[in-house]
Amino acid sequence: MLSRESSATLMSAVAAFIYKEARFQDEHQYEAWEALWTDDGVYWVPANGDDIDPEKQMSIIYDNRSRISLRIKQLLTGKRHTQTPQSRLRRVVSNIELMDEQPGGDISVASNCLVFESSLRDDTVWAARNEYRLRYVDGELRMAYKKVILVNNEKALFTLSFLI
Amino acid sequence: MNVVPRASQWGELIRPDRVHGSLYSDPAIFEAELQNIWYRTWVYVGHESEVPNANDYVVKSIGPQSVIMTRDEQGKVNLLLNRCSHRGNQVCSYDKGNARSFTCPFHSWTFANDGRLVGYAFPDGYEGQDKSKLALGRVTRVQSYRGFVFGSFAAEGPTLEEHLGGAAETIDRLVRFSPEGEVEVTAGFLKHRVKANWKFIIENECDGYHPAFVHSSIFGVADSAIGKLYGGASTAVTRDYGNGHTEIDLRPEFRKRDAPMSWFGTTEARLPDYTARMKAAYGDQTAREIMIDGSPHVMIFPNLFIAEIQMFVIQPLAVDDSVQHVTALQFKGAPDMNRRLRQQTMGSVGPAGLLLADDSEMYERCHRGVLARNPEWIFLGRGEKRERQDELGFKVGHVTDEIPSRGIWRHYRSLMETR
Repeated sequence: MLSRESSATLMSAVAAFIYKEARFQDEHQYEAWEALWTDDGVYWVPANGDDIDPEKQMSIIYDNRSRISLRIKQLLTGKRHTQTPQSRLRRVVSNIELMDEQPGGDISVASNCLVFESSLRDDTVWAARNEYRLRYVDGELRMAYKKVILVNNEKALFTLSFLI
Repeated sequence: MNVVPRASQWGELIRPDRVHGSLYSDPAIFEAELQNIWYRTWVYVGHESEVPNANDYVVKSIGPQSVIMTRDEQGKVNLLLNRCSHRGNQVCSYDKGNARSFTCPFHSWTFANDGRLVGYAFPDGYEGQDKSKLALGRVTRVQSYRGFVFGSFAAEGPTLEEHLGGAAETIDRLVRFSPEGEVEVTAGFLKHRVKANWKFIIENECDGYHPAFVHSSIFGVADSAIGKLYGGASTAVTRDYGNGHTEIDLRPEFRKRDAPMSWFGTTEARLPDYTARMKAAYGDQTAREIMIDGSPHVMIFPNLFIAEIQMFVIQPLAVDDSVQHVTALQFKGAPDMNRRLRQQTMGSVGPAGLLLADDSEMYERCHRGVLARNPEWIFLGRGEKRERQDELGFKVGHVTDEIPSRGIWRHYRSLMETR
């Protein structure tokens, strides 16, 4: 159990990390975003509910570290047509909470997120519950796990080719 | 134009090498398509493996209409319309489940999962009514092929086998990838919505001209061998099976490679369990041939697309609004293969897919493009002069030729001209 002071310090570090991640995503800073991941990172956007088994059921995104890297490489070619021109994005992250400690010492964090996307098609609002596992690596926070639970993930969704 | 062409006028909009842009954008034509195509011809609805047990159900669709696919207690698969026969309320609000009956939440009418009306609330006001005439609506004809369930609202017309014609063989080829000869649809669907007409999607499914350009971003970074299959030097062919069914046949390229599982970007050694099961099921020689040839790439008109390892179901909602429902095919009795099928499918398709998101961008831009009326036509003449017939009499051409689009439009015209 963290003391009140250390909890406040941790919360402030975690919030700063999450805001930074949001800015990298909104501003298409792909390499900076990729550098936030640990080597064993998992990036998961389930479909059809909050808690499907991604090893058995289809997910919108279920990337291991190597596929995260491939996704970024594709965006960096400049020929990912659905991101040429890039979506204009701004997201608001809120309700950040430190959750139960994870075995192994990872920091478990949850937040809500609203993303406004303006693309060639139209303007789209995305809403999600985000769950993270963060870890200190060489004194810096990193993402070991990010799960994005879209509120409408059981419905038919427009293309989602930016970093959610 | 906001007037549906008379039978004799479709030929003015659909020519052998070009089609009029209004065919994709005119709401009146879309309404006519619902009547003449979606509510008449055979449409793929669901797969038997989605309702494996008695009383299982799953909600599907035919165009904008919601259809409940049920397996009743006798084991029969029914396609019921999700509309109470009383006031039209939807009787089923969940995507899937297990239920002997559906009770309408509005006035508590209850229907058995074979569609029969079994009861209504306060029956004393219904003296003299014949319950059998108040059943749930049904898709008129229901037929399966190798577990794939199709429905047709037309009481009369070609049988499913006649409709599938030569394309049935592609489904035969697909199910052979299971050591037990059966495909399963058990991984759930991704639903990808696009603001585009459905015909841009079905034409794209067997368009071998675009991959080199639309997918260059992923071919370049993923060290993929797929790109070459669709290059100018490729020996792969496009095929028109008639009835709107089209194929990209990649077998000539894979046979040149002569390496089992090369079509899937892997080797036998990486799938030892699967390979052993295939050899045990089909014998060494046949298993080797199956695993060299690869799984088919076929678009069964108007809405079932099998892309080697994935199944897409195309659903039109409005003239400019469509959904692609997509899942990883699962081969019964092939656990190690199935895991890879899911992983590759999740990477490539759906809203965030490394491949399909870019296709979707093209459909949407095409849709916005055809709203401009000059030039009026979509040109589909590529390879027209080099079409030839294969040994079975189907039209074939180079993998980058527009034989599939021309075949789709020929069939479309025949359906729209016949009232």
